[in-house]
Amino acid sequence: MSALNRKLRRDLWRLRGQMLAIALIVASGVGVLIMSLSSHEALRETAEAYYERYRFAQVFAEVKRAPRSMESKIAELPGVQAVETRIAEFAVVDVEGFEEPIIGQFVSVPERGQPLLNRLALRSGRWIAPDRVDEVIVNEPFAEAHGLIPGDSFQAVLRGNKRTLTVVGTALSPEFVYAIGPGALMPDSERFGVFWMGREALAAAYDLEDSFNDVALSLLRGTEPTAVIERLDSLLEDYGGIGAYARKDQISNWFIMSELEQLRSMSAILPTIFLGVAAFLTNMVLARLIAIERTEIGLLKAFGYSNLAVGWHYAKLVMVMAGLGVLLGWALGYGLGYMNTQIYAEQFRFPFLLFRPGPGSFATAAAVSMAAALLGAVGGVRGAVSLAPAEAMRPPAPPSFQRGAMGKSRAAAALDQPTRMIFRQILRWPLRAFLTASGIAMAVAVMISTLQWFDSIDHMAHVNFFESQHQDATIGLVEAEHESIVRELAGLPGVLAVEPQRIVTAVFRAGTRMHRGSLTGIVPDARLQPIYDTSGQVVDLPPSGLVLSSMLAEKLAVSPGDQIWVEVLEGRRPTLQFPVAAVFETYLGMPAYIDKEALNRRLLEPRRAQFLGLLIDEAEQSALFAELKDLPEVSAVMMRRAAVDTFHETLARTLTIFVSFFSVFSCTLAFGVVYNTARIALSERGRELATLRVLGFTRWEISYILLGEVGLTVFFGLPLGCLAGFGLTWLITSAFETELYRVPLVIDPSTFGLAVVVVLLAAVVSGLLVRERLDALDLIAVLKTRE
Amino acid sequence: MQAEPSLAADGGLRRPSITARGLTKVYRTGEVEVHALRGVDLTLFQSELVVLLGPSGSGKSTLLNILGGLDRPTAGQVFFDGEELTAFDESTLTRYRRDYVGFVFQFYNLIPSLTARENVALVTEIAPKPITPEEALGLVGLGERLDHFPAQLSGGEQQRVAIARAIAKQPRILLCDEPTGALDSKSGTIVLEAIQRVNEELGTTTALITHNAIIAEMADRVISFADGHISETRDNPSKRRASEMTW
Repeated sequence: MSALNRKLRRDLWRLRGQMLAIALIVASGVGVLIMSLSSHEALRETAEAYYERYRFAQVFAEVKRAPRSMESKIAELPGVQAVETRIAEFAVVDVEGFEEPIIGQFVSVPERGQPLLNRLALRSGRWIAPDRVDEVIVNEPFAEAHGLIPGDSFQAVLRGNKRTLTVVGTALSPEFVYAIGPGALMPDSERFGVFWMGREALAAAYDLEDSFNDVALSLLRGTEPTAVIERLDSLLEDYGGIGAYARKDQISNWFIMSELEQLRSMSAILPTIFLGVAAFLTNMVLARLIAIERTEIGLLKAFGYSNLAVGWHYAKLVMVMAGLGVLLGWALGYGLGYMNTQIYAEQFRFPFLLFRPGPGSFATAAAVSMAAALLGAVGGVRGAVSLAPAEAMRPPAPPSFQRGAMGKSRAAAALDQPTRMIFRQILRWPLRAFLTASGIAMAVAVMISTLQWFDSIDHMAHVNFFESQHQDATIGLVEAEHESIVRELAGLPGVLAVEPQRIVTAVFRAGTRMHRGSLTGIVPDARLQPIYDTSGQVVDLPPSGLVLSSMLAEKLAVSPGDQIWVEVLEGRRPTLQFPVAAVFETYLGMPAYIDKEALNRRLLEPRRAQFLGLLIDEAEQSALFAELKDLPEVSAVMMRRAAVDTFHETLARTLTIFVSFFSVFSCTLAFGVVYNTARIALSERGRELATLRVLGFTRWEISYILLGEVGLTVFFGLPLGCLAGFGLTWLITSAFETELYRVPLVIDPSTFGLAVVVVLLAAVVSGLLVRERLDALDLIAVLKTRE
Repeated sequence: MQAEPSLAADGGLRRPSITARGLTKVYRTGEVEVHALRGVDLTLFQSELVVLLGPSGSGKSTLLNILGGLDRPTAGQVFFDGEELTAFDESTLTRYRRDYVGFVFQFYNLIPSLTARENVALVTEIAPKPITPEEALGLVGLGERLDHFPAQLSGGEQQRVAIARAIAKQPRILLCDEPTGALDSKSGTIVLEAIQRVNEELGTTTALITHNAIIAEMADRVISFADGHISETRDNPSKRRASEMTW
């Protein structure tokens, strides 16, 4: 080993504290990038592989009832590879020991084995027996939530008939990766289940022998679904088709894709910011670190080392520091990526998980970090090698100070000398102080933008579930019924109020823009579910015309006064024109509202309702549930409380890891910045501080001078950080806008407070660590010549 | 144990200021032992100006560090005002330096971010009965350059600020380690004049380390060091003014 390399090794050992602090900052930036990229990659690959292996269909359509003979006609459509017709129905399910009614989605499967498309991944038990009409395969999450195992049984009301069904197996399906009940936002495995039954048995229960009401297609490679959908729609029109849709609009897939989209934007934005922050700090710290080495650089040059050799020596020092960070970051990113992916995998049920992060993200993260570190070193090394060796070896001349801003004002005169030293030091190097303050600010900003998620989500949940909705339960009917059902339900035990709704699936068109969604008809004086604007206002329902959510209006590029076309995909399937009466803001989904009677009139189906909001007296809830489970018209019961709970639970699970990671990250930032700043200040000013000790200053008094300067910069960094946190949050929330969510920009004052306190604590801890070193100052060395 | 008052060369009564008995200092660096002091006995009397002469490594700086409360002897005792300095804990030593000792270093060690006046005020703010910074700077002939920063002062001026800073607290002992070591002859003379003036006007016991034998001519007493012990102590009845000396 050459002498220079030996020096390098010893320097690294001497600088180990700072090396670790820098490595941690680099590691955090690298870690978060790899975490995001690898989980995105893993989820995408897993979903693709799952879809491929289990032959997830590409086009879906629902009809009222079509004869099986249509199957061959569909198969003959150009571009179609395989056709699977099925029976699919919603029904209320009753599992012993679970009070609330459960929504069950019953889907038929061939008795003699896997369907052509949407195959099941059998997780336990066996396939249904051909001759048994009461056997079902249950989706695994539901079975787990209720402790159902093969052999157990439960009850279900199939078309008004209460049946006892036996579980023979549990399974997962590519169709229900995100198993979500009608109208729900989050999967709730307790209250929503998927049940696969034999085709014959289900057909008999729903009187659909030799018919189907659901069809799935796969397409030949390279076929565009649009053309197939058009042809399929015209084929199925006479059979009550409500419009075929492509895989991208299939609910489970849509959720996965939008989650992937979010993850992708997260991996694009957040790590860029964090890697940027890490790079910035590495750069700042290393530049100062090398500036201190000027004497040694002069010495090396005096011995005859070339500028290049000296530069390379320090480049190696920097690369080891950053390299350690990159290695740590790789490991961290891999581990967190795996953890993160598993959390997603729990929410999205996959039968297997492909976590094989490619080298791309690792290489990118390493390259960016290394470059940032080297760039930081370049400035310092260049400054040092440009000096003549003799000059470099002399200690730098005392920096010149000016009275400047701190002239002879009365305030300045009142300061004691140590405080004056602190202020002059900052005013002498304002850029350096600003950079340190920025580092702290970034730590605070990261912390705020992370903790803010809880505020936003609480706010979103509060507005969505409490301010805008007041019903305790929503009842879904098998089909639209006459409004007399309102009186019928009002007579049930515990029902305090009933409010009917009519919701139809529809395609909205304005010019060339379109959106497939639903149109909700509500009563004009709706109390339980009014149209609620996020500003806190209830929007008055106009007698005719639509009230659109701003996201939908934006997607269609319409504003109040414009006309839009609504193709209703149910019943007679009319295409209707409506004016846009008003636009309102909402955080979730892209709803459109209309007066229920206005809608019914245009549909030529007066006084119909399909959904009913109920206000319930909790004391009589059990009696009500028992009655509802037996009502043949009811296909679904959705509890608001359950929706709130799952919303929080699901988000809490995914967010907790995310938030804890970023909190640790911002602490690392704060720690790294303060520790390095104080350590460097100590090496730059050790002699000065030791002189003061000799002059009779106590340890605390000199700590005040050193840490006071750092503390003051931190103090400036905190409000700066609050400001930056707001900006960062704005950036992130706008990037996270999807068709499903608009994350509101809500930052609770306590979030600012918490972020400031946590960062401050990290700063204090690192400050104390450096203070320890002040106790070990060598007083005698001060009396000697400069080292 | 405190040294008894003794008669000075001119017949006056001399009161001891600080007394060292049997000082030994051994530095251990790895496996090498360096004997910096080998049993030194010494008394500095009030108001006297003592010059410590000797080659590098002879132990004079080590002695000064111990007398100034910066270092502890391996064996032996130091007494100041009837108290055993060598028994003080860390914070009492700090207190001792703050209240009684003035230091002047070879490399001035001024705080670059403070003006001359503020550098002195640094000490007057924490000392029990200081003179004002202006007075102190006046004593060293820098009454006109109060508001200059160190970078705006010459080496000699900087050293005089350092002396003002050391004496502003009215220390009982002024310890100067090679105060002219980094200065040319002319600036050195001005600095020595300042030290002499402080010694005479304030009656501060002063110990001055130097390599330069000429400087010994301004001393009341000259103590020579060799190899960790005092090789010679010599009274100097024919003290010269610093202004008369050149080298």
